[in-house]
Amino acid sequence: MRTAITLAVLLAAAAPAALAPAALAEDRVPPITDAATLKECGACHFAFQPAFLPAESWRKIMDSLNDHFGENASLPVDVRFHITDYLVANAAGTGKKRHKKEHETTTGAPLRITETPMWVHEHRKLSEAALAKAGSKVACAACHREAARGVYEDD
Amino acid sequence: MSSRVLPAVLLTILGLAALPATAADRTSILKDYAAAAKAADPAFAGFSAPRGETLFRSKHVGGKPDTPMCTTCHGDDPRKEGKTRAGKVIEPLAGSVTAARYTDPEKIEKWFKRNCDGVMGRECTALEKGDFITFMIGQ
Repeated sequence: MRTAITLAVLLAAAAPAALAPAALAEDRVPPITDAATLKECGACHFAFQPAFLPAESWRKIMDSLNDHFGENASLPVDVRFHITDYLVANAAGTGKKRHKKEHETTTGAPLRITETPMWVHEHRKLSEAALAKAGSKVACAACHREAARGVYEDD
Repeated sequence: MSSRVLPAVLLTILGLAALPATAADRTSILKDYAAAAKAADPAFAGFSAPRGETLFRSKHVGGKPDTPMCTTCHGDDPRKEGKTRAGKVIEPLAGSVTAARYTDPEKIEKWFKRNCDGVMGRECTALEKGDFITFMIGQ
C-alpha cells in the first residue's frame, strides 16, 4: 500500500500539469458536510459519501432502517428525513457528477455500494482474502486512508 | 438574592462541579429506570449486576439471525473495544473505561431500542436496562 501511495505521489508530481487535475478528479467525491449524516451513519459504519449511490437507492435505504442489512438502525423521524434529504440532494448524478457514468450502467437502485459497477470495477484486482484484511468490504478507510475526506486515489 | 443566600448557592454550585459529572448523571439515570421498573412491577427490589451480566452474555432468540448476543458486536470483555459487522470500532461498554457511557438518556434509549430489537426481537424492559447498566458501570 505504502509503495503504491509513494508511486502514485511520484507519478502525480511527474505527470504533465494538464493531466493532473483530471486524474485527481477521477478518484474523489465531495466529502460529507452534514453533521447529522456523519454522526448517525458513522455510528456503525464508515459514512459513505452520497455520490456513491443514486437518489432512489438512498430513498430505499432510508425507508427501511428497521432492517438495515440485518440491523435495526431506526432513527427519530425528523432526523431520518433530514438525512434522507441530504443524501438525495447529493446522490450520484448530482453536483460535479462524479461516477455518474458508472451509475448510469447500474440497473435499478442497488442497496449496496459494493454491488455497483463502479465499486466492482475499482476492486476487481483484489482477492477476497485481500479485501478481508480490511475487516469488512465497507470499511473504506481501512485501505483508503483519506476516505473520510472523499479521497480514494490511494489504490 | 440576599447576601446570606449567595454564598450557599455558590458553595452548592462549586460542590456539584467538583463531583465527577458522570457519577451524578448515572445515578439519576438509574433512578429513572428504577421508577419505571417499580411502576411495571411493584415487587421490584433493585437492579442486579449479575442479572445484567447474564443478559449481556446469553444467547437470545427472536432477534435478527446475525446478532443473537450482545457480545456478537461488543465482544466478551466489556473493558475492551467491540466491532460492528461493518468493521467500525465500538467504544468499550465498561463505565470505568468509557467515561461518556450511561450519561446521556437519549443515547441510551436509542441504542437499547435498536439493539434489544436486533438481539431479542423486542424492546428491553426497564428492569433489563437497569440491570445491564448496573453491571456495566461496575466494570
